[in-house]
Amino acid sequence: MNDTVIQVADLSKRYRLGVIGTGTLSHDLNRWWAKVRGRPDPTLKVGQAAGGSSPSPVGGDRVPTSDYMWALKDVSFDVRRGQILGIIGRNGAGKSTLLKILSRVTAPSSGEVRVRGRIASLLEVGTGFHPELTGRENILLNGAILGMRKAEIARKFDEIVAFSDVETYIDTPVKRYSSGMYVRLAFAVAAHLEPEILLVDEVLAVGDMAFQRRCLGKMGAVAKEGRTVLFVSHNMAAVESLCSRGLLLEGGRPLAMGRTTDVLDAYFALVGTGGVQDLALREDRQGNGKLRFTSLGFRAGHNAGTGDVVQCGADLELVVGYRAAPNLKNVSMSIGVNALSGQVLFVLGNEMTGTAWETAPQAGCMSCQVRRLPLAPGQYPINLYCEVNGVLADWVQGAGSLTVEAGDFFGTGKLPPASHGGLLVDQQWGLHGA
Amino acid sequence: MADMAARQVDPGVESCQAGSADPSDEPEWTLVIRPKGRWFDLRLRELWQGRELVWLFFWRDFVAMYKQTILGPLWYLIQPLLTTIVFTVVFGRLANLPTNGLPPFLFYMSGTVMWTYFASSLTKTSTTFLANANIFGKVYFSRLTVPISTLLSSLVVFGIQFLLFLGFLAYFLIQGADVHVTVWALLLPVEILIMAGLGLGLGIIVSALTTKYRDLQYLVTFGVQLLMYTTPMVLPLSSVSGKWRWVMIANPMTSIIEAFRRGFLGAGTISALLLLYSAGFALAAVLVGALLFHRVERTFMDTV
Repeated sequence: MNDTVIQVADLSKRYRLGVIGTGTLSHDLNRWWAKVRGRPDPTLKVGQAAGGSSPSPVGGDRVPTSDYMWALKDVSFDVRRGQILGIIGRNGAGKSTLLKILSRVTAPSSGEVRVRGRIASLLEVGTGFHPELTGRENILLNGAILGMRKAEIARKFDEIVAFSDVETYIDTPVKRYSSGMYVRLAFAVAAHLEPEILLVDEVLAVGDMAFQRRCLGKMGAVAKEGRTVLFVSHNMAAVESLCSRGLLLEGGRPLAMGRTTDVLDAYFALVGTGGVQDLALREDRQGNGKLRFTSLGFRAGHNAGTGDVVQCGADLELVVGYRAAPNLKNVSMSIGVNALSGQVLFVLGNEMTGTAWETAPQAGCMSCQVRRLPLAPGQYPINLYCEVNGVLADWVQGAGSLTVEAGDFFGTGKLPPASHGGLLVDQQWGLHGA
Repeated sequence: MADMAARQVDPGVESCQAGSADPSDEPEWTLVIRPKGRWFDLRLRELWQGRELVWLFFWRDFVAMYKQTILGPLWYLIQPLLTTIVFTVVFGRLANLPTNGLPPFLFYMSGTVMWTYFASSLTKTSTTFLANANIFGKVYFSRLTVPISTLLSSLVVFGIQFLLFLGFLAYFLIQGADVHVTVWALLLPVEILIMAGLGLGLGIIVSALTTKYRDLQYLVTFGVQLLMYTTPMVLPLSSVSGKWRWVMIANPMTSIIEAFRRGFLGAGTISALLLLYSAGFALAAVLVGALLFHRVERTFMDTV
């Protein structure tokens, strides 16, 4: 069972940025005519033609490299049978491009991929669903598009219908389905694919909690049967619980590959580097200025590194840098954590919690540690507020924003969804007979 | 190949990777993805593997169409009927153009039915890439299954319209009109095959080009109409002379329509040479089309 099923070698994908093909024949003819007469290209933006970098409509070789964007650059890795490889990275890191090349939707610019076994790609659920067709008919159609044989679909038909929970409506056109039913049916078809290699892109971001759990369970089961899964996701918690290995892409290049936890650490370190907000130049603030906030940063304890992206339940440290006038008295600091609606969720304050500062150095930072961050996944704007001797010194609204990703807050392996509201509360349950 | 594993991003993390360094004793790779495919690769095996999809797409279009319209297939009868009536009145009665001695109604209807199959095959397959961009962008299967299924849908429509034509033919025969069905009618399957080839070939050439040049879409609708006038749709080949005759002969649909009229109405030019020319034209169009099509399908998602 030590064999390699996917071998990616020096894979690169280049997209053209400049106006090479303008999209319409008349534009291209215009450019060609202008070129013949020795005039500047009429479709270029002003100033772009300078420096002799005018892209030629033919012979892409003469086009300067700056007109290209490498969505992937020299990516090499192996995947062995039965592995679940989580591919993570920021937006635009090349994750989706990689999956598209592997699923043969688009061709690479250079490099090679060798594959052993049948690949099915699941870049979207319900590809090719036709609204006029019934659930039954769409199962047939979608299954075939995803690469199933007719006989195979017929054999698994009942299983698919049972998994989707839409038995009652199986002969109704899917245009009458609720979006939840639609997605369940679509995923049910995909889940019953039996390829040796399954490529999955973020499709788990749909459906309700119970259904998402079922999907994750199904993917785990797929791998236990000795099949291989490549899983692209922004859901770090899902990657952590599901994947045996991780691949971190950044700017089209592989940044880290190996054990999932190591790769996740690298990811959190990466997204955290831009996490410190510079506040020194902010004009929209109030207060007498005896103390001024200069920066706001976050440090997540769960995964090493700092970041404004943390997981639910992670230990978080908020660090506020400041400059102050000499000899301050009674410094009282508050950090307000708000919902996106502007509603205050909770306030962290040193005085209330019994840490009084009778004075403060002229420059430094104040830090506040929060154990097991009780926030559901989402975005949380942060306000900073400071009083010196009972008088407002500095008040910056929206000083920064904390991004919380799904995490195992309760330690149960179940992830709280954003729909449950902003706050997570420790709880104990009992069931007592009368 | 042995150095591939050495180029791992982080070779130290998993020791077992060393084991995959020598793939020579492992089973063959089943798929190799490279930047460019070979030029002369029609990928017929993939198409054959996707044959179930051809039927499913065909069936989907049929069912969806049937469910969405009230009159359904009736439209396929109304369209050639109206065209024929207009042609009969304008070209036959008002302009009094020659029809090879045939009843104008049958003359124009035979042309309309044949031309419609070619024209609809061409225009429908020409939108293959743009109309299916959402599916093509998400999953891979032999892309040629889509235009081929379109061809089948058009064939059903042709069947319906052909039956309509046969009905009128029978009526005219009973009325004692000067028409006779000849042995050349047996050429119909060959004619259909050539028309299908022409429609598919030219259609996929256009579909490949439209991924870059959207203007072509409009050009096709317009161009197909212009092309119609260089076929014997309105004027029989026998009554055209001089250089216009050559323009008409150059249109590969000319020999098809002429042969069809000779077969079912008894008057029309039939020429093995012209039919061979049309067949050759169709074959070339399909080959060039398939090659262009495969060329474009590799990267068209980047330009759409």
